[in-house]
Amino acid sequence: MTNASRIKFLYILMTITLLLVGFFQSWNVALTIFNLCLISSIMTLGINIQWGNAGIVNFGVMGFAALGGLANIIISMPPTQNAWKVGGEIIIIGLLVFTLSVIFSILLFKKSNLNNKIKYLISFAFIVSGYFVMRLLVDAPIEKIEAIEPAKTGYLGGFNLPVLLSWPVGGLLAAFSAFIIGKISLGLRSDYLAIATLGISEIIIYFLKNEDWLSRGVKNVNGLPRPVPYEIELQSKEWVLKVSDYLDMPITELSSIIVKLSYSILFCVVLLIVLFLLEIAVKSPWGRMMRAIRDNEVSANAMGKNIKQRHLQVFIIGSAIVGLAGAMLTTLDGQFTPVSYQPLRYTFLIWIMVIVGGSGNNFGSIIGGFLIWFFWVQSEPLGLWFISQITTHISDAIIIKSHLLENAAHIRLMFMGMILLITLRFAPKGLIPEVKR
Amino acid sequence: MDFINGITLIANYIVIPGLTYGSQLALGALGITIIYSVLRFSNFAHGEFMSFGAMNSILLSWLFISLGVTLNPLPTAIIVLPIAIVLTISYCIIMDKFIFKFYRKQNSKSVINLIVSIGVMFFTGGLIRFIVGPGDKNFFDGERFILKARTFKNITGLNEGLTLKTTQGITIILSVLLVILLFWFLNKTKTGKSMRAYSDNKELALLSGINPEKVVLITWIITGTLACVAGTLYGLDKSYKPFTYLHLVLPIFSAAIVGGVGNPVGAIIGGFVIAFSELIITFAYKKIFFYFLPINFVPEGLLQILSTDYKIAISFLILVLVLLIKPTGIYKGKII
Repeated sequence: MTNASRIKFLYILMTITLLLVGFFQSWNVALTIFNLCLISSIMTLGINIQWGNAGIVNFGVMGFAALGGLANIIISMPPTQNAWKVGGEIIIIGLLVFTLSVIFSILLFKKSNLNNKIKYLISFAFIVSGYFVMRLLVDAPIEKIEAIEPAKTGYLGGFNLPVLLSWPVGGLLAAFSAFIIGKISLGLRSDYLAIATLGISEIIIYFLKNEDWLSRGVKNVNGLPRPVPYEIELQSKEWVLKVSDYLDMPITELSSIIVKLSYSILFCVVLLIVLFLLEIAVKSPWGRMMRAIRDNEVSANAMGKNIKQRHLQVFIIGSAIVGLAGAMLTTLDGQFTPVSYQPLRYTFLIWIMVIVGGSGNNFGSIIGGFLIWFFWVQSEPLGLWFISQITTHISDAIIIKSHLLENAAHIRLMFMGMILLITLRFAPKGLIPEVKR
Repeated sequence: MDFINGITLIANYIVIPGLTYGSQLALGALGITIIYSVLRFSNFAHGEFMSFGAMNSILLSWLFISLGVTLNPLPTAIIVLPIAIVLTISYCIIMDKFIFKFYRKQNSKSVINLIVSIGVMFFTGGLIRFIVGPGDKNFFDGERFILKARTFKNITGLNEGLTLKTTQGITIILSVLLVILLFWFLNKTKTGKSMRAYSDNKELALLSGINPEKVVLITWIITGTLACVAGTLYGLDKSYKPFTYLHLVLPIFSAAIVGGVGNPVGAIIGGFVIAFSELIITFAYKKIFFYFLPINFVPEGLLQILSTDYKIAISFLILVLVLLIKPTGIYKGKII
């Protein structure tokens, strides 16, 4: 099959499957899956531009997604007035002091002509003293801020701006941290880079989990504002009542479907914009240069391409897209829960999507995101069904049966592993391979 | 007296836990390092292999306890360990035969192997959760403590207690034995030497008539053994939960890289460096200053460098620092 017909076939297949879920399970479930599919495929696009086009292994998906989520808090939550009174500014100043000490020691390290050992020592001393000055400044106000109504606030809050703004800001936040992370780790070879980015993303999550003054930590931030109307508002609207009469559907169900549909529309718009931009980028001379660097770094270097800069560039772009998707995900959830960021669900699942969809092909990434997310959600009931089928002949009294049924949900991890392994073995280029240009 | 009290405090809260956790990390890091130096890829599935080994020990322990075979005062897990090791090795070899072998024959890039190992990680993780479920499993039996805090206080008359849990003692002793055995094998036996030759220079080793399949087989046997023992010891010491082993992979990788990937001595040193820095950085020094300084000089606050919540993050921080400053690690390892 050619690529075009593969794309048509798989996209139609996916549409039919989602429609079937709508008809047989419920439209609510179908739309929930569809929305998360959209977000997953945006994340996948972000990783695909890095891996498929530039050969960079970024295992930090989780961290960038969480930073995107953090943007939701910073942009859309109302500021906690008292927190700013007791010393919000001092925290900012403390952080600035630490940042300056780090920047200064880096500059010193790069520019000075001292011998290596002394340079290390001085830089180290600067960073450590910067850290302790920050702790001295920051510790007391943090304690005060966290003591302000800890059940409700206990954090700095945000700027009370429209939540939609947090999507681009989430992208920017991720881009900024990608700049720092890229500066640190992009010089490393593939395996090291994978482990380093995974480690850094874990550090980001730990930071968000424990810094209560910023994100309320494990207490979560609930009730984030929504870009779409609430169900209760919809239920009192005239036109909703009419449609509900016309479709003969309970009003509660209809209102939640309308909410989910409006999210879908927003997400679709973002996905199309991202896809459009990426397709232009990949087809442009820039895209050709990226692939040249991926295929042969040495000769690309000989042709005068600045490999470090290009890698950093594509690392920032891809991570920004992941951050954007992460912000959208938190908006959809309506709450920010740092504990929910697990490498299995965010980093590795997204990577399976990229590999299965077809690395280096944007349309492949989207279908990969859709298919894998669909399987991830549906393999739980599927596993249960499978186990109950093979155990029908065993009597209920035997412990093994109940044990198997209890753990059937975990079959989905096995499914995912098998899908990835089978793809790598029999179709290493993925469902929709990279276009030969 | 204050001085001895202070020393006891350090021994109780830093030295003993550090030695225990360090040996567990070192055993794990050895597994990763050996796979890396022979098969040339970073094995992300190693955490799940450890988990698989621990699961075998748990199931067998339960079986043996129900049959009434125990090793009081030591935990039953010690008796079943050999069987669990054999099971883990078989699993590793099966995974190699059906999955890793294909990519080895193709001479795939190490990144592809890494992604393959993630597939194996998912599969194994699912299998384990399917067999024992995701919950907490306790399989420790026998005497809990070798030395209780109160007994120690009574004997010595000190203010500070020193506890030594049975699991800690077992961990340290077993790790030392296993490491001695491993180094004896690698340095003194012919098979071990051929393995090192293969890892140093594959082509040359092949030319001198070393059978690659045999080397690979032995690599997996060693890895399986290390994974099973490390997993079981960690599970005994900290209670077993499938979920935690995924999070253990990163500290283990940090240990391997900090020590120098591909270098067994480095892996051991790396394990202890990670374990001790985690403890030293998150320890609250107030009490120590209380013993070592005149009472008026003791500062206020807990005197922690970082809060305990950041314990695991420290291993990643060290990893990042080492990658920045000295990517080859403490002992010169290979550059991936």
